[in-house]
Amino acid sequence: MVGIRSYGAYIPRYRMNRMVIFGQMGWLNPANIMNAQGEKACANFDEDSLTMAVAAARDCAKGFDRSEIDAVYFASTTAPFKERLCANLVAGALATEESIRTMDFSGGLKAGTSALLSALDAVSAGNARNVVVTGADSRLGKMGSPQELMFGDGAASVLVGTDDVIAEFKGSFSTGHDFVDHLRGANSIFDRQWEERWIRDVGFDRFIPEVIGGLCEKCGVQISDFSKIVYPCYFGGERKKINKKLALDAEKVVDNLQGTVGDTGCAHPLLMLAKALEDAQPGEKILLIGYGNGCDALYFEVTENIKKLSPRKGVSGNLARRAELDNYPKYLVWRRMVPADTGLRGEEQKWIRWSLIWRAHKAMLGMWGSRCKACNTQQFPPQRVCVNPDCGAIDNSEPVVLSDAGGTIFSFTADMLAASINPPAIYGAVNINGGGRFVFDFTDCSQEDLAVGKSVEFSFRIKHHDPEKDITNYFWKAIPVS
Amino acid sequence: MGEGIRDKVVILGMGCTKFGERWDESPEDLAVEAFTECLEDAQIEKKDIEAAWLGTHIDEVNVGKGGNFLGLTLKLPLIPITRAENFCASGTESFRGACYAVASGAYDIALAFGIEKLKDTGYGGLPDSPAFGQMQATIGPNATAPGMFAQLATAYSAKYGIPMEKVKEAMAHVSWKSHENGAKNPRAHLRRPVPKEQILAAPMIAYPLGLFDCCGVSDGAACAIVTTPEIARKIKPNENLVKVKALQISVSSGEEALYTKWDGAGMLTTRRAASKAYEEAGIKNPRKEISMMEVHDCFSITELVTMEDLQISEPGKAPDDILSGFFDLNGQLPCQPDGGLKCFGHPIGASGLRMLYEMYNQLLGRWPEDRAVKNPKFGLTHNLGGVPNQNVCSVAIVGLD
Repeated sequence: MVGIRSYGAYIPRYRMNRMVIFGQMGWLNPANIMNAQGEKACANFDEDSLTMAVAAARDCAKGFDRSEIDAVYFASTTAPFKERLCANLVAGALATEESIRTMDFSGGLKAGTSALLSALDAVSAGNARNVVVTGADSRLGKMGSPQELMFGDGAASVLVGTDDVIAEFKGSFSTGHDFVDHLRGANSIFDRQWEERWIRDVGFDRFIPEVIGGLCEKCGVQISDFSKIVYPCYFGGERKKINKKLALDAEKVVDNLQGTVGDTGCAHPLLMLAKALEDAQPGEKILLIGYGNGCDALYFEVTENIKKLSPRKGVSGNLARRAELDNYPKYLVWRRMVPADTGLRGEEQKWIRWSLIWRAHKAMLGMWGSRCKACNTQQFPPQRVCVNPDCGAIDNSEPVVLSDAGGTIFSFTADMLAASINPPAIYGAVNINGGGRFVFDFTDCSQEDLAVGKSVEFSFRIKHHDPEKDITNYFWKAIPVS
Repeated sequence: MGEGIRDKVVILGMGCTKFGERWDESPEDLAVEAFTECLEDAQIEKKDIEAAWLGTHIDEVNVGKGGNFLGLTLKLPLIPITRAENFCASGTESFRGACYAVASGAYDIALAFGIEKLKDTGYGGLPDSPAFGQMQATIGPNATAPGMFAQLATAYSAKYGIPMEKVKEAMAHVSWKSHENGAKNPRAHLRRPVPKEQILAAPMIAYPLGLFDCCGVSDGAACAIVTTPEIARKIKPNENLVKVKALQISVSSGEEALYTKWDGAGMLTTRRAASKAYEEAGIKNPRKEISMMEVHDCFSITELVTMEDLQISEPGKAPDDILSGFFDLNGQLPCQPDGGLKCFGHPIGASGLRMLYEMYNQLLGRWPEDRAVKNPKFGLTHNLGGVPNQNVCSVAIVGLD
């Protein structure tokens, strides 16, 4: 049986009430009041599509043997690199083997479901056994634009395979249309959209029914057979119209998370799917639609195995982890939409040295440490000479992945001198569970959240961004957990 | 085991510039200023110097690499000059090099020089540099010196169950005392007494360190000319001589940074260097026998834990000693009589020699009454370079013949 084995989600901790944005920018576009309801999820200063995709993939892969993953697919229209395969970084952060398939999907908002389709195809063809698909987006609208209000940041992931499948893949139908409702040129940062009425009336209103009709005909099912219908469309009125047109029971249509997260681009259908799977029951049929320059429609049937899957953080767990972002200029600085002065110290050049990064990529991406075979001391980063003063064995260690180990705070500070776009820089020594100590940056917290002895978990984050060379570098940070 | 350095070397002369924001002086100006005083004090000529050591730390914004700066600036006649870089112990390292050279018999007279020009950086605090290599620069925290040292306070408070308020109060006394002392010293960088209330109310730099918990970043130079006791007696037959009693360095082993047994509430290196220095100098009870100290108070918390690491205060008792006035200028064991790094200033490469300059002049009774330590016998200097979990510590003890 081919299908979904697991799912995961990631929604950044910061949420901004859309009225905060409207309060600052409503003067430019008063009609935007229509879009200024609910809140949008905002990536932290050290998050981007890649880090969010890693977080969702870790949620998804929790409890699964990472060495059995034989493909990692990353989907995003806001990848941090044009040339550098992000899937390799995701795979590295998951500490998978390196002899696997890695692919990036992009170009349009159905990239998320297209990645999923490709994974299902690869598994169906017997070319892969376990494929991690993870999608993320963090799209930007110009200040005062409708997109700025509509878009949210987030990620979702599914594990596709053949064993213990929780949702069997039953079929799909796709369309491709050069329907340019949204566009970003190769060098554009901000989304540009055509008239909303056209997007609604010709876009969603025509293509969603088209792909649903195509799938039902191809697979010999009725729309009424589905218990959960996932389709991304952020216009509330249009959703009602489509539901009515297709005679969809509103209760079966999965919430588009517009009030709590916002439109997460190519990740959005996967994020809504993750939400649907949280309470899915065996036997239920799920219809998943990806939308953007055409559509993908995928048909799944939930199996008994869903009861056996250990709980994921999922959408609900992530929504529960929440902090208010009530400062619109801070959002602009974090998303690098406006220049901010971090002082002369902040202008110091820091080179990312690729030969070094390659040598140390296992420690940096996967948080691989070493465990001494002579005295069993775990250490990070990996040491040739054992750090235990009573041991000191040379070249007698084995690699060990520490990203899931967690740890406890040994010492900490909140530093106002360090250059940062999110001062103070909070960091401190962490005792890694099972052994080893390292000084990590803390994130997703304030100084008040820290105490010696408090538990932390590790999160893959932006470590350094060099705007001049357009390079982002990543490493693990520690997040206090209560 | 070697027999150590005790009584094998005499400090023949010393020089030290005023430390501070010497905007109008170049490193060359500072070097000439310190060297002129030193040469005069030593009562020798430049040609008598056979070898030199130069301590500097951050060469990028300072005087560059190698020993060339010193040769070029002082026009030293093609003699061997070795640059010593060991973080904040660089000045003491240059002194150690010169002392070992003389003690070995390889040279009769050697020069130890320390200098740092930090105020061309353009911003406060020490310049960012990949001090621990590129790997650490890539994956290490977005850290500064105050942030790394501040963690001593959180770990110390947690280890001994001493509330942060009391730790802060003791830290405030440390800085208050150094301001009192620095105010009396014409060569100090910061010369204004500051009330404790102001210290405690200062803006936070790195929790829990406020502005006054951090030392100044300064320009300055200091130097020493050393020789053997025999030669010194010939040059200065009727003067007191200051002898080197102990010189120790200890460097982190990775135990603090990567292993989980270090308590984070003090420095393993200081403990080790101090024990070995006391042994070398023949000191059994440092709390009673040491007359005065210049320790590495880069941050007030560093001075606090150093009192325990030097085995002057019992573990967990440094705050009590500090608050009782034990280390004040009129206390039992004056610490930072010249104002310390806090107020005299901290041009990194010069600091170790600046501390020795204070001990040397106190031992020779050269300071006016209001800042003189009474009847000193042993003076101790201490440098702590790097950061608490990865550092270089030096401990030197000097005393009258």
